[in-house]
Amino acid sequence: MITKKINCTVNGRQVSIEVDIRASLLDVLRDSLHLTGVKKGCAVGECGACTVLINGEPYDSCIYLAVWADGQVINTIEGECKEGRLSKVQQAFVDEGAVQCGFCTPGLIMSTTAMLQSGKKFTREEIKAELSGHMCRCTGYQNIIKAAQKALED
Amino acid sequence: MQSVGKSVRRVDAVAKVRGMADYVDDIFVKDMLQVKVFRSTIANGRVKKLDVSRARALPGVVVVVTYEDVPKHTFPTAGHPYNKDPKHQDVADRRLLTDRVRFFGDEIAAVVAVDELTAVKALRLIDVEYEQYEPILTAEAALIDGAVEIHEGTKNIIARSEYQLGDWEEALAQADEIFEDEFSTSTVQPCALENHGAYAYMDASGRVVVCTSTQIPHICRRVVGQALGIPWGRVRVIKPCVGGGFGSKQDVVVEPLVAFLTTVVGGRPVKLVLTREETFIASRVRHAIQFKLKTGVKKDGAIVARQMTAVSLNGGYASHGHAIVDNSGEKYRHLYDQLAIKFAATTVYTNMPAAGAMRGYGIPQVMFALDCHMEDIARALRLDPLDFRLKNLNKTGYTDPILGITVRSNGLPECIAKGRRLIRWDEKKAARRQQSGPKRRGLGMACFCYTAGTYPLNLEIAGARIVMNQDGSVQLQVGAVEMGQGSDTVFSQMAAETLGIPVDMVHLISEQDTEITPFDTGAYASRQTYISGMAVKKAAAEIKDKVLRHCGLMTGISPQSLDIADAWVVDHKGARVMPLAEVALDGYYNLACAAPFTADVTNSATTNPLSYGCTFAEVEVDLATGKVKVLEIYNVHDSGKIINPQLAEGQVHGGVSMGLGYALYEQMIFDPATGEPLNNNLLDYKLMTAADTPEIGPAFVETDEPTAPYGNKSMGEPPVMSPAPAVRNAILDATGVKFNQLPMNPHRLFERFKAEGLI
Amino acid sequence: MYDIVNYEEAGTVQEAIRLLQANPRARLIAGGSDLLVKIYKGKITDAELVSLRGIIALKDISIEGDGTVRIGACATFSRIAGHPLIRKHVPVLAEAVSRVGGPQIRNIGTIGGNICNGVTSSDSAPTLFALNALLRLEGAGGTRVAPIQDFYLGPGKVDLRQAEVLTEILLTKENYQGFGGHYIKFAMREAMDIASLSCAAVCKIVGQNVIADFRLALGVAAPTPMRCLRAEEIARGRVFSEELLLETGRTAVTEVNPRTSWRATREYRLQLVEELSKRAFKQAFVKAGGVLL
Ligand SMILES: Cc1cc2nc3c(=O)[nH]c(=O)nc-3n(C[C@H](O)[C@H](O)[C@H](O)COP(=O)(O)OP(=O)(O)OC[C@H]3O[C@@H](n4cnc5c(N)ncnc54)[C@H](O)[C@@H]3O)c2cc1C
Ligand code: FES
Ligand code: FES
Repeated sequence: MITKKINCTVNGRQVSIEVDIRASLLDVLRDSLHLTGVKKGCAVGECGACTVLINGEPYDSCIYLAVWADGQVINTIEGECKEGRLSKVQQAFVDEGAVQCGFCTPGLIMSTTAMLQSGKKFTREEIKAELSGHMCRCTGYQNIIKAAQKALED
Repeated sequence: MQSVGKSVRRVDAVAKVRGMADYVDDIFVKDMLQVKVFRSTIANGRVKKLDVSRARALPGVVVVVTYEDVPKHTFPTAGHPYNKDPKHQDVADRRLLTDRVRFFGDEIAAVVAVDELTAVKALRLIDVEYEQYEPILTAEAALIDGAVEIHEGTKNIIARSEYQLGDWEEALAQADEIFEDEFSTSTVQPCALENHGAYAYMDASGRVVVCTSTQIPHICRRVVGQALGIPWGRVRVIKPCVGGGFGSKQDVVVEPLVAFLTTVVGGRPVKLVLTREETFIASRVRHAIQFKLKTGVKKDGAIVARQMTAVSLNGGYASHGHAIVDNSGEKYRHLYDQLAIKFAATTVYTNMPAAGAMRGYGIPQVMFALDCHMEDIARALRLDPLDFRLKNLNKTGYTDPILGITVRSNGLPECIAKGRRLIRWDEKKAARRQQSGPKRRGLGMACFCYTAGTYPLNLEIAGARIVMNQDGSVQLQVGAVEMGQGSDTVFSQMAAETLGIPVDMVHLISEQDTEITPFDTGAYASRQTYISGMAVKKAAAEIKDKVLRHCGLMTGISPQSLDIADAWVVDHKGARVMPLAEVALDGYYNLACAAPFTADVTNSATTNPLSYGCTFAEVEVDLATGKVKVLEIYNVHDSGKIINPQLAEGQVHGGVSMGLGYALYEQMIFDPATGEPLNNNLLDYKLMTAADTPEIGPAFVETDEPTAPYGNKSMGEPPVMSPAPAVRNAILDATGVKFNQLPMNPHRLFERFKAEGLI
Repeated sequence: MYDIVNYEEAGTVQEAIRLLQANPRARLIAGGSDLLVKIYKGKITDAELVSLRGIIALKDISIEGDGTVRIGACATFSRIAGHPLIRKHVPVLAEAVSRVGGPQIRNIGTIGGNICNGVTSSDSAPTLFALNALLRLEGAGGTRVAPIQDFYLGPGKVDLRQAEVLTEILLTKENYQGFGGHYIKFAMREAMDIASLSCAAVCKIVGQNVIADFRLALGVAAPTPMRCLRAEEIARGRVFSEELLLETGRTAVTEVNPRTSWRATREYRLQLVEELSKRAFKQAFVKAGGVLL
């Protein structure tokens, strides 16, 4: 087993960790850092459940090698609720009924958070396009789009 | 109503948006081993030679188990309640591992290793030789004389059934016109976002503990017991958070194998989480069904006789088997008039993934056939398609002659009226002239009916247990299963409503554990709000009764004149007598008569209400490419009283989206020569993305079902039932072409348009 | 966990070449969105990887003094789609790469990986074909520049020689300036899908709607992305008309050779070739400043 030492920031905390060169970022987040809010629905970039933000942009962590995380700033769902307060996006997902089984939810919240943090404005069609890398089997996306619209308002 | 009927926020929403909801694969257990299954790369045949020695020798491999090492007996897997009558038991046709290969991906051996990659590498070191038979992928191939039997002694038939009502021949003779047609539906997969997965270990007392993503913990326990040949009491099943089920988790899929494997490795925990590719083929799919319909009609549109025959393709193992197409036959009967009606169905084995339960349980299939056929008849007779349906609908008060269940509420006519308004049907119909351009628009609609639970075919029992805490709040435990549909929230609402407390004073225990939770058959058949909900209501009523009696003791006021409101005991005028918490505390600590308020209730249902609804859709068809765009779509439901509007709308959004996928995109494709699945991943199997999904308009007609806990009827499955025929009828309206086969993807539309000379 | 047995980071192109030379089993990895999937599916086992991710220069997008637009092979689709130079000079490329997968895939997938993966359904290829893109390839023996048309050899096969790295995609001024372009990806889904057929058209107008130049490239119409030279020829010098569109579509059909697969039949793809060629041409014409009469 070959490992490599990486230093990165995960949810605002400095992390220094030996990672297996074979591991995806998803593997390391879930298995080593116990950030199991990051979900695996396919393992190959097809479902978006494993989406995390790397330097503010959404990535499928399943097809991102852990060694690449060296020097990066990573945010997962676990870092979104600060001091017991849900983030604006999380709150919108709760309020708009955007959650059913919840398996797609962390990924979608991260993509929406990236949109919010970009400071840009998005039309409904643009929101749909930005969220189109996520599969959700439960909600038909309708309340997810509503939640995103709400979070991105003003 | 304080809680019921309100859009109370989901009780699990905060945990889920924080990433704190734990699904099977999120639970850390020390010393866990990983399992990978060695699957066949042929669809039909027998293992002649299997050599696992190289795999066994790979460092990190703990054990390799093959079909030779597992019990010889077979077991059933369907998530049906156990039936004491052997004639009505599910088909027991599976072994834990097999040398007789029945579909591409069948399970021959299992590797247990220290990590997943080692297990994967070990699979590559297994050598196998097969004796191959021609793969059987169609009903014709399965039923032809001399076809290889997929299961010995079956002639590839799982079951046949039929019924007849009225004097059919005579009734048909009254018809002015007789219409006949054929329809077929495709094999699709539930695609819950969480793949199937489970782990198992043995505890100190020798019990086999299985933690699994399931809709049916109690049934799963029984099946694991059967599969391993051990007493059911030695099996414990735990259900954590479930990432969607849609039916494929109303089946026992990976649990028996992990349960068995832990016994092989001395009780050490072993985990098997299927990959997405495996989930597609090795869990369950929706039955593809072929229908033939025949209907005799009077000129005025009165149906005089109907007939349907169906052949259902089941795949390599029976799973839910014939129950699915039988359900098709039942709702075919229920929806429209049934003076004279005939039904016959056959379910056959094929060399494809096992078909089982999937949201709607045979009804999306039959409603596609039935309501396309109804549309065609109306058009042929130049009748208004809405009037034609309305004329022939089943009415309130009708009792099904076969099942004996009675319709006490039927809001379908109002649903149709509402849908018609929402989509501006009449206005658009009037405005639409003859179309000739490259893009054509059309309107379509379709209806459905459904039940709530499986009574009287199956046992319908549900358990609820409530313990009131010292502060007047309650712990609510149900045997019914949350898998995303929102049952935990509506149970909390019902308990709160009945008890007169706010919802946040109900602490629901979401995890099911067969050692602890009350018995309930599980999450399926849209039964929970109706059947388990009644258990919750009864348990809450019992608690309330105990509270009021105790308060009566404390105050000397007659319990009959007391009530609870807003967590206060109030008198008959509504004046506050004492906080509920005070009574609860006294119930725990009264030196003379302490007895905490508890209730443990089982509800056994002997009624089954029909729910109804319809879809209205408008589409635009791009003739040159065959692409269909859904411009507007409304689903209008009579699900009785709506317990939680936001959750109900969510069910409609998801169900319609799944129904549109069924109509236009989804289909599992197999190589016709080898039976190999060709698109068993989420890139090639086309689930709709956010960019593909139109705005979905849910609407409700709230009838009041007298047999329900709060006037409610089934809600979970119904939204998926009518979008496909509505879209098909809209395409017909737009283009004049009848599509009788699902899915109506661009490719198929192109072929027909070409053949019809439209392009 | 991926079945990877060795992983090395190259800091420069030269180092990447050296690492490839030193180990013939080694493969380059850029975004990994093709390679990691192949490893997952077991099509590549015991993978030995040389990563290009550390080579900053390969992510660059810039313009030369002579107007040549240079796109580093490791530029991601997101970067290309959002880059001011691309949006200004070759907006059609920005449109095309915006159709790849979904946002997450576009954040990781690179244009170099897209080309070197060699599939006919690549979303960047038709546009690059239509723009007569040149590829700069660096190897142990030095640098060469090849037209993209020559680089594609067959399905999944490209003319990448031992220890060679694709470093840049070059778009020369005469090939984009004054052109209007349009890309159509036809797939079942609006996102997260592989093209059943794709079509890029670029055209340039002179005078009253006269087609000064026209190029038409298709994906999935043959084993590799391709140009429809005869259709282009027919259009050049003609005044734009519905008639011309029909003719172009009909001609394109005669040049292609799509195959039947479970995704689509040959007949259906032929229909799409004809239809999409017309639609893309029309849009390109409008974007080039043509006026529909
Ligand atoms: C879910 C999903 C959806 C997708 N959707 C699309 C889509 O819609 N359209 C589309 O076109 N593609 C799609 N792809 C494929 C893929 O994302 C693209 O082909 C992408 O451009 C590959 O780039 P990469 O950097 O990730 O390549 P890698 O996987 O890193 O490499 C691909 C190949 O190119 C070689 N290579 C990479 N860079 C160089 C270089 N500079 N020099 C020489 N060789 C090199 C590698 O050795 C490897 O053989 C999809 C992939 C996934 C997983
Ligand atoms: S698990 Fe990463 S995209 Fe599906
Ligand atoms: S909420 Fe279940 S997949 Fe989205």
